[in-house]
Amino acid sequence: MAQQIDARGLLCPEPVLRTKKEIDRIKNGIFTVIVDNNPAKENISRLAKNSGWSVNISDNGNDEYVLELSK
Amino acid sequence: MNNKRLMVILTGGVLGLLAVVLVKYGNPPNMGYCIACFLRDISGGLGLHRADTVQYFRPEIFGLILGAFITALLTKEFKATGGSSPIIRFTLAFTGMIGMLVFLGCPVRAVLRLAGGDLNAAIGILGLIAGVAVGIQFLKNGFTLGRSLPINKANGYIYPLTAAAMLVLVFAGANFLFYSTKGPGSMHAPLLLSTIAGLIVGVLSQRSRFCMIGGIRDFILFRDTHLLYGFLSLLIVAFIGNMVLGSVKFGFANQPIAHSDGLWNFLGMMLAGWSSVLLGGCPLRQLIAASEGNTDCAITIVGLILGAAIAHNFGLAASPQGVPLAGQYATIIGLATVFGISFFTCTQALTGGVKVGSTN
Repeated sequence: MAQQIDARGLLCPEPVLRTKKEIDRIKNGIFTVIVDNNPAKENISRLAKNSGWSVNISDNGNDEYVLELSK
Repeated sequence: MNNKRLMVILTGGVLGLLAVVLVKYGNPPNMGYCIACFLRDISGGLGLHRADTVQYFRPEIFGLILGAFITALLTKEFKATGGSSPIIRFTLAFTGMIGMLVFLGCPVRAVLRLAGGDLNAAIGILGLIAGVAVGIQFLKNGFTLGRSLPINKANGYIYPLTAAAMLVLVFAGANFLFYSTKGPGSMHAPLLLSTIAGLIVGVLSQRSRFCMIGGIRDFILFRDTHLLYGFLSLLIVAFIGNMVLGSVKFGFANQPIAHSDGLWNFLGMMLAGWSSVLLGGCPLRQLIAASEGNTDCAITIVGLILGAAIAHNFGLAASPQGVPLAGQYATIIGLATVFGISFFTCTQALTGGVKVGSTN
């Protein structure tokens, strides 16, 4: 199963930093990040797009977003 | 260019324009909008310090909080959270405020001062960048203030409702508050104009996530210029506004509500930048996040207000005459404190990380 980063409850820039670490670690592949606020969702999406990853965002119905990053 | 970036540029631009307009209508020079100065004035308005030149219930702040609060409610982004190292946040804000009052301004005012030709602000901004860069090293090494958790909604309402109550007091002309009759505290734009300016900036900043520290931080960390556009549009629009009004005066000496002690301008803002980057944003961003229900950020604001009170009660704050010796000591002690917090919080996080063996 793909790695999941739990960035819930973290204030910026921590969610983005954790995502960046994973991007740098695996270079390509697929992983998910779970966040609970819009700024974190937007910041991670921006980082992903800037680094050439694609993002698929789904709402898990619990006021949280699951971001699936792939390259 | 995408819409989100335009929002950031718009926020910076409108903030710069309103700052110039507010000065034109009575706010102190190069202080159309300064979160640190305004919180210090509010601290004085409550009588927490008795520096009789810097006491006023700045409606810009209350308007900003309410603008962000209402926007967060409408966009369903209001969410009461808390529990992410409140006492560390309080302490970082407290020490950061002392740094800002040694420089005489928050990151927003640093840019506004530069836009007025005050070159001391350029040294302050270099210090700010240095502080952010040092803080980032700790962030990269695992510095974390931990997670916040969802809490009862009532927690989130206290801060914006207090701001609303304070705004009512100002409009009602409550005479038990402290109002300066001389100095910067006595200089202010009309009540309604200040309130509306606050509301507008509150709405825009909530939507755009505008943050001065974030701009510098994201550029250093990720080469991401998104928030930096806001920083630049604030500078450019305020500079053009000042040019139009003929209030640009380049130089170091005799700048309005500023001193020209370069070392302390640098170190004061370094302290502000370092503590702000650990807090996750500049004082403006903290105000907005607190309005969205983040109670840890509300505690941060209390730290800023109390830091201002102590800075003035014990003669730490700078004045146009320079930085008092006590303020110089306080800046060094502040830097040592922030270093201590950075170091110990990192060590903890690293040990925790090794034990858990994952990115969590």
